Amino acid sequence: MITKEDVEHISWLASIKIEDEEKDEFVEQFNSILEYFHQLDEVETDGIEPTFRVVDLANIFRDDVACPSLSQEEALRNAPRRENGYFKSPRIV
Amino acid sequence: MLAELKERLRAGSAEEYLSRLFEKIEKSSLNAFTTLARESALRRAREFDKKPDQGLLAAVPIAIKECISTKGIETNCSSRILRGYIPPYDAHVIERLKAEGAIIMGKTNMDEFAMGTSTETSCFGPTKNPWDPGCVPGGSSGGSAACVAAHEAPCSLGSDTGGSVRCPASFCGIVGLKPTYGLVSRFGLVAYANSLEQIGPLTHTVEDTALLLEIISGHDRRDSTSAEKGSYLPGLKDGVSGLKIGIPKEYFGEAVGEGVDERVEKAVWDAVSVLEGLGARWQKVSLPHTRFALAAYYVIAMSEASSNLARFDGLRYGLRQGEDRDWHTTFSEIRSLGFGPEVKRRILLGTYALSAGYYGRYYLKALKVRTLIKDDFLRAFKNVDLLASPTMPIPAFRIGERINDPLSLYMADVFTVPINLAGVPAISVPCGFAGHLPVGLQLMGPHFGEATVLRAAHAFEAATPFHEAKPEVV
Repeated sequence: MITKEDVEHISWLASIKIEDEEKDEFVEQFNSILEYFHQLDEVETDGIEPTFRVVDLANIFRDDVACPSLSQEEALRNAPRRENGYFKSPRIV
Repeated sequence: MLAELKERLRAGSAEEYLSRLFEKIEKSSLNAFTTLARESALRRAREFDKKPDQGLLAAVPIAIKECISTKGIETNCSSRILRGYIPPYDAHVIERLKAEGAIIMGKTNMDEFAMGTSTETSCFGPTKNPWDPGCVPGGSSGGSAACVAAHEAPCSLGSDTGGSVRCPASFCGIVGLKPTYGLVSRFGLVAYANSLEQIGPLTHTVEDTALLLEIISGHDRRDSTSAEKGSYLPGLKDGVSGLKIGIPKEYFGEAVGEGVDERVEKAVWDAVSVLEGLGARWQKVSLPHTRFALAAYYVIAMSEASSNLARFDGLRYGLRQGEDRDWHTTFSEIRSLGFGPEVKRRILLGTYALSAGYYGRYYLKALKVRTLIKDDFLRAFKNVDLLASPTMPIPAFRIGERINDPLSLYMADVFTVPINLAGVPAISVPCGFAGHLPVGLQLMGPHFGEATVLRAAHAFEAATPFHEAKPEVV
């Protein structure tokens, strides 16, 4: 069972703030969805390899050659806050 | 359709044709388009009229789903968090379309970040089904399907992570293809669940879908999962004589999920009879792990989403509002404001499924079940050339009917998600009506079996009138 405290912890891990009034609804929905997921427990998977990718491709190597990329101006064009040619981030420390 | 349109454009005026489409879209109440690239599109049409060039899609307008990057045209995945983002580059598929002379008309509405089955989770509001404006067009590529069905665009591109091309194609009565994983480069497709998704065409006819696939498929070194292309147009009209079609018993009746609508089931069996009449043989087959596909799909898709959507933080693009505070608080508030409820649900559940202590129980378990589902398909394709089923268990439902019950919405994807888990190709073609709403037949093939899938779909289409039906709005 997922509790309100679990939802708060997940919201912190996912960096998505959840309003207090949303929490109860998420608890209810998450429990019903997870209960549905628990039918996977019925499947016998001992010795079965997980499938991370469906089409087998071996490692594909290429030479490390520099090629044209976005200009600084183009890379910054969509940034909502910038300063002196940099992205402007919130304070980290 | 597109072949004749090309001739008409060459003989007449591309600018005039395009202007008429834009006029129609302006008056439309379907809400299929989010952005129109009127200026650049008309400029390109005028250039063509002055000096007609060659190219497989010379002067043919095409509508593009919101999550496919278009240089200079806003690409926002129908999400508040990406409003205003203008890509500095084109997706691989857009480069290919432009190289063949196509005209990018604009962007189409979708479920936010492709998370939905109804196009109701868009920040622009729902798109309406051209066959009944009270019904959803399906999703998540609902805008791409509705605009083609309503003749607001001759063709479009969507993306399919768990049915997002096939579902709206089925609900809107047109053709939609999900290619083999790796056949079409995902470079420039905004990622939702990258191990499952492919870009695919939505068109009026199978031939048009084959033509678009010829253009957008093929190796691209910028997508590390990209494969070599095949050839789709040359054998398209070779018929289905001698073809063996498997009918997976789990895809009919009460077998899985909430059951199949009787009218849908009848239309699909009638379609199988048509194929039989054209010389194909059919037999029942079993895909025994089908009933676990939905749970496995949603665990994997949500897990991948939680990782892929971590990049939306308002730093390099997108929403940034209010005073900056510390790093974590600032980003948590931007993401809370920018994402809608379904996207939050999926990111949060995916975060949970990948978190310490639960990874083995949910994510790893789902990947193992994925192996079993893929093996079901590989086993079936040792005995048959194709599989046939309904695309959706139900016809289009009412707007608002399911949106408040996420699990009931997920259930509608029961026949489309196994295909993405297995990575095989599947097409939806119109095969009849349930009342006034279209029904889609799903034909599935083995990995890189697009040529056979398209050939069978074309034979069916040539023998039936359903693709010619038009909704009243046209």
